Amino acid sequence: MVKTSARRAGRPWPRRHTRRDLVVLGALLGLPILLDLALIWGPTLASVGLSFTTWDGIGDLKWAGLQNYRNLFTDYPPFWPAVRHNLLWLAFLGLLAAPFGLLLAVLIDRGVRFSRFYQSTLYMPVVLSLAVVGFIAQLILSRDQGALNAVLGGKNPTDWLGDPGLNIWMVLLAACWRHTGYVMILYLAGLKSVDPHLKEAAAIDGANERQAFFRVVLPTLRPVNVIVGVITVIESLRAFDIVYAVNKGRNGLELLSVLVTDNIIGEAGRIGFGSAIAVVLLLVSLGFIVTYLVQELRGEHQR
Amino acid sequence: MTVSTAPLPVPTRTGPARRGRFGVHLFLTAVSLAFLTPLLLAVYASLRPYEETAQYGYFSLPRHLSFAYYRQAFVDSGMSKYFLNSLVIAVPGVLLTLFLASFVAFAVSRLRIRGGTALLMVFTAGNLLPQQVLVTPLYVLFNKIPLPYWMSDSMTLYDSLWAVIAVQIAFQLGFCVFVLANFMRTLPREILEAAIVDGAGVWTQYRRVTLPLCRPALAALGTLQFTWMYNDFLWGLVFLSDGDKLPVTSALNNLRGQFFTDYNLLAAGSVLVALPTVLVFLLLQRHFIAGLTLGAGKG
Repeated sequence: MVKTSARRAGRPWPRRHTRRDLVVLGALLGLPILLDLALIWGPTLASVGLSFTTWDGIGDLKWAGLQNYRNLFTDYPPFWPAVRHNLLWLAFLGLLAAPFGLLLAVLIDRGVRFSRFYQSTLYMPVVLSLAVVGFIAQLILSRDQGALNAVLGGKNPTDWLGDPGLNIWMVLLAACWRHTGYVMILYLAGLKSVDPHLKEAAAIDGANERQAFFRVVLPTLRPVNVIVGVITVIESLRAFDIVYAVNKGRNGLELLSVLVTDNIIGEAGRIGFGSAIAVVLLLVSLGFIVTYLVQELRGEHQR
Repeated sequence: MTVSTAPLPVPTRTGPARRGRFGVHLFLTAVSLAFLTPLLLAVYASLRPYEETAQYGYFSLPRHLSFAYYRQAFVDSGMSKYFLNSLVIAVPGVLLTLFLASFVAFAVSRLRIRGGTALLMVFTAGNLLPQQVLVTPLYVLFNKIPLPYWMSDSMTLYDSLWAVIAVQIAFQLGFCVFVLANFMRTLPREILEAAIVDGAGVWTQYRRVTLPLCRPALAALGTLQFTWMYNDFLWGLVFLSDGDKLPVTSALNNLRGQFFTDYNLLAAGSVLVALPTVLVFLLLQRHFIAGLTLGAGKG
């Protein structure tokens, strides 16, 4: 039975398409492909090209070879702090927010009462605009009127968002606040699809709850782990809105995305240079994207 | 927790289990409270006059509560105008993205066109690129594309809402194609086969046979995409120069004074800006969560 239906459904290609079909296909596939190439991949390639020039946005394109990259690595003070901050962002989201999200998902999945309430509350920050998150952070953390200092009291109020050694940690907390809920929801869905017999079998074999989770349940969540990993990496590379809303990404809050924006839409008009930073960001992202897609592709073959 | 067969070595553990459960509740409640506090604080602050919180602090008991700041935030910052801009961007953006993405997903997963997997990869990877990589070339491109005056008073695609809508669609297509293709793979093929036997063309197979079955996925993606497009901050900032065209998220900055910032006013503004997405989330919660998990579930 299964075999015949599989064969019947197996390869319907080649199938005859009428002219009308071809027009529909051409138009409705052509338009999105055109959009994707013209507005996403074309500009990406153009950015790579621009990164080898010293363009200021108005004059002629002048070839600069690797000059921008050399300047970037050796002669641009904000670059390495920005890299450090992006890495810190990644570490924070990956080592703190993501495991915490997993923990919350596991707890909620055990079927406690009010799970819907917990779920919605913990997820709520995710639907907020990062701009709004930035403003709320100011409300709580600003030096003179912020709620935190009001609680702490003291004669010398700490400038949580102004102190360049401190503000990145505060912003990271805000980012975690948002990321945790996102990760939680993803794992919650993954956990729902885990076969309960697996856990029972593990319990019968004498595994305690912790062993059952780490040795049996977590490995079956592999697709979710991959997605969470990719989202975490991409979010930490893209991080922009919160720091921009707090202080436009200056004074201790430098990030690669902010440096790109400053250079290409700032008054300096150092577009070639800004593009070089963007390309560095792109290369790192592409590494992860390709890994992810290879995973996906493998999954496809197994299907 | 089924202890149906007697001789299983399942330890009886009512005591610790119950205590554990209580601990779980305590923990989840504490975390939920910690997560909600910033939001509640913003709402509380927005209801109180600045002089009062400046004098007594944010945690003091209220002496005056009013919606005055909401009126001020709404009127002073011209928020209705910006809300309208956000809707003009997000609503057509979501609808067109879903339409185009669903067709691509249909072609890739149902028609099995040649190169379908490659197409899927190109779209998905496009959604994961850092946005800043696209900014400069798009800026130049948009400045070079002329538009008639009735479409854009800047006479170019740059500084018009069209630009923002187009980029939003192009960028979000990737995610939607990925999710919908995964979803459509789980649909039974038999219905489609029957339609083909009946002589249905590609359009009918898509519109009449496949799309109705995708309604849950489309609803989920729709709510998700609406929040993402509404919340977006960067595209408006980069492709619009006329302050009157900004979406509402970027317009929050208007509430900041040059020398003095009234945080309570800002709080009211933030609450107003967050309101649509929070409402959409609470009303369509089930769809929303399904949307995030569609991509992860992998059928």
